[in-house]
Amino acid sequence: METKHIDGSVGIEKRTTTGQLASGTNLGNRYVVQEVIGVGGMGSVYRARDLHFPNVVKLVAVKEMINQAPDPLVRQTIVQNFEREANILATLSHPSIPRIYDYFTLENRSYLVLEFINGKDLETVLAQSEGFLPEEQVLAWGIELCDVIAFLHGHKPDPIIFRDMKPSNVMINQHNHIILVDFGIAKSFQVGQKGTMIGTEGYSPPEQYRGEANTQADIYALGATMHHLLTRRDPRLEAPFSFAERPVRKINPNVSIEIEAVINTALQYNASDRFKRIEDFKSALMSAGKKTGMLQHVAPVAPVIQAGGIKPIWTFQCEDEIRGSSMVYNGAVYTGCYDNNLYALNAATGEFIWKYAAEGGIVSRPAAYEDIVYFGSEDHRVHAVSARSGKVAWMYYTDDRVRSSPRVAEGHLFIGSDDKFLHAINLTTGRRAWTFDTGAEIRGTPFVINDLVFFGNEAGDFFALNFHGQIKWRYKAKRNITSSPWVQDNVAYFNSMDGYMYALDARTGFLLWRFRMDKPSIVSPIVNDGIIFTGSADGYIYAVEAKSAKEIWRYKTEHQVNGSPVIYRDALYCGSVDGNLYCLEYRTGRLRWKFATKGPITAAPLAYDDIIYVGSHDHYIYALLA
Amino acid sequence: MLKFFDKLRSLFNKKEPEKPALDNIVTAPLSDAQLQSIKALSAHRYEPMQLIATSAQSVGRQRELNEDSLFCLSTTIAGNTSNPPFGLYIIADGMGGHQYGEIASNTAIRVIAGYVLKKFHDSLFSLTGTPVEESLQEILQAATSEAQKAVLHEAPGSGTTVTAALIVGQQLTIAHVGDSRAYLIYNDQRMEAITRDHSLVRRLEELGQITAAEAAVHPQRNVLYRALGQGETLESDITTTPFPVGGYLLICTDGLWGVVSDNELRRILNEGPTMQRACQNMIAAANAAGGPDNISAVLVQLLG
Repeated sequence: METKHIDGSVGIEKRTTTGQLASGTNLGNRYVVQEVIGVGGMGSVYRARDLHFPNVVKLVAVKEMINQAPDPLVRQTIVQNFEREANILATLSHPSIPRIYDYFTLENRSYLVLEFINGKDLETVLAQSEGFLPEEQVLAWGIELCDVIAFLHGHKPDPIIFRDMKPSNVMINQHNHIILVDFGIAKSFQVGQKGTMIGTEGYSPPEQYRGEANTQADIYALGATMHHLLTRRDPRLEAPFSFAERPVRKINPNVSIEIEAVINTALQYNASDRFKRIEDFKSALMSAGKKTGMLQHVAPVAPVIQAGGIKPIWTFQCEDEIRGSSMVYNGAVYTGCYDNNLYALNAATGEFIWKYAAEGGIVSRPAAYEDIVYFGSEDHRVHAVSARSGKVAWMYYTDDRVRSSPRVAEGHLFIGSDDKFLHAINLTTGRRAWTFDTGAEIRGTPFVINDLVFFGNEAGDFFALNFHGQIKWRYKAKRNITSSPWVQDNVAYFNSMDGYMYALDARTGFLLWRFRMDKPSIVSPIVNDGIIFTGSADGYIYAVEAKSAKEIWRYKTEHQVNGSPVIYRDALYCGSVDGNLYCLEYRTGRLRWKFATKGPITAAPLAYDDIIYVGSHDHYIYALLA
Repeated sequence: MLKFFDKLRSLFNKKEPEKPALDNIVTAPLSDAQLQSIKALSAHRYEPMQLIATSAQSVGRQRELNEDSLFCLSTTIAGNTSNPPFGLYIIADGMGGHQYGEIASNTAIRVIAGYVLKKFHDSLFSLTGTPVEESLQEILQAATSEAQKAVLHEAPGSGTTVTAALIVGQQLTIAHVGDSRAYLIYNDQRMEAITRDHSLVRRLEELGQITAAEAAVHPQRNVLYRALGQGETLESDITTTPFPVGGYLLICTDGLWGVVSDNELRRILNEGPTMQRACQNMIAAANAAGGPDNISAVLVQLLG
């Protein structure tokens, strides 16, 4: 504090020059800073481009908070608080709340990546306007603000108190709708703030200065905000709690008596004299507006949840059910079908390139390597065909139907068969390198990592083999393991028909934990961000914390979930036997949209270059925008 | 083609020992620098993979009674058939202000250790190597529940914290109740608490009511909201994380972490000279800072 007083200007200059990121800075190898769009006490806000969208310019707002606490424990707590707030914010879905895309901490700076709002805040709107803002406009904004605050106050388990309603925290977007922008997430980064004094002087009610803030604090602050907008009189330049001394119409006689009365009620000194609930504030504004006829001009905006309306980019009809997943290779999407054909389609347009007929249904996902596409069929064979022409390179014969998907690793193809063997096939010659007898059908896709091959079979055995085809360890589940394993951070995850998801130590096969689902599962778990995503015949899509096996969320579909989910950016995509492809926010399990097909979806969707490919039992392959 | 055969060999044959391609070079004594680098390389390999652990404890300088308990067991079985490294390390801090805190902490470590070892007895000591049926997390969960019952029976009205670390191979599974802590100290000097205190101040902190700095001096900073032996049911935190290669696990009571800062603990560990000595020095540092409480620490390293 002392040094600041001695040479305040230098201190501030230093902060702005060294504190802000130059345009072109690449944050977290993903967000390229374009320009500073705001400066606050805790850091700056930037407009940035998200490089994860290479083909379009996707803009995001990046809020930077500088952690100035010297004590590492305090610093850690600040970061934890920030992350907790970010997590709460990420669960909020409302048209007047910016979407949170990401957050991260780099050294002493924490970043929140959120929806970029193309618009101005109300303080700027006021500053750039001459004369009074139209009453009906302020009324319309006020009603929208009531809606979003009601949404926050209705949050479960605990209401969210916004605490900081003021014109500079309200953005008006290009469609003239309001967006609440500052959720006090930066508060914990403020240094030297003792106690719980939160909120801006001028707009906050008296009780907030005693450290009390409940839902009625937001009602007061909204009243103060509307007062400011209608009178152009900044409450921060007036004596605290002095609204009663300058009623709206005394300054702006154009405002109706009705609206002035509503605002007066909101601004009562004693919380008990104000509206009990924000909903009451809203209906008072509505009836005042109706009485004066203002609401005929400005219709309040009902919250819109993105519903339906998802149109495929293209579709392609096959001759039978599609049960297996697609694969993209060099601009083409390859899909096996129960009509015995492997189809090659242009990934961008869905145009037919070629098809290759096996002599049995194809229920698995093809694999590609060096211009050859590999897949198994119920004709007992593994086929290797040219990716360009669909001409056969070689065929490999097993003794029963091949329903397992191939895995390419180290110059070999690893694939299971109903003949109960795991086959290791030389990629170039199509000859057998070795086979391993498991005693039961193998239907899942082997997972290869760290020189080990992991897979399960229909007897409930789970194996880890080395590259010589020798057993490293084996684990026995209670029933069939049809699901394919996922191995990450030395843990192997898979589901079983016994209704459990298993987590085994990949080196030793020791059972670390198991997670109970309500019904058997043939779904393969996938791991992203320390969370395991899977599904089960009980109809749920599950998100489970990897280290604690605790359920984070579950989402109920209308029928069994038999296909694996995929994660693409911040969304999870998963099909269900109910015929829908679901798009959920992966951190919260909140539904973004669903797309209905006319048959069950049992394949895992494929996400590639902003397109989701999924096949359905209705014979169609769909390409949808992610 | 040659590359292809190499690949094939690596896939399907035993690796041939690498022949040094130094046929024309006359043997010369290695320089000091070369010796150093070879030493450094070989110093990083340990066969078989094994856990080493050390512990330290002190009553502190202001208490008459030691209510802390600790348990340490590291097992290596190597030979024709072998087991992954197996270790069990437990710290319990009997609750002050309650009667029989020392009985509670002692009961807890013995019951948990006994339960876990019974479960692993066949896997470790029978020749058939019968696998363990339950998951590591299930075993620790059941063990803490057993301990809860035992403490309720043996020392009713008392309570204890428990932080139990079960290591099998490179997987570290922790069961945790109360405000003792487990830390991982990584090779790159990062130190991370992997448990969350079940204390009033930590809760206030999590709710944003007070800051960490305020929590550190809060008059009620010793009040727990969850402990073994308290309440009807016990909800312990159970997690599994990889043991950091070349790093350390430190489990300690608040007599250590509440008095000596993380940075200081890390410094003491670095200055060794051995991990056994370092562990003793940590306790000494807590005593030097006044030793207001009982102090216990277990330090574990995985060599491999």
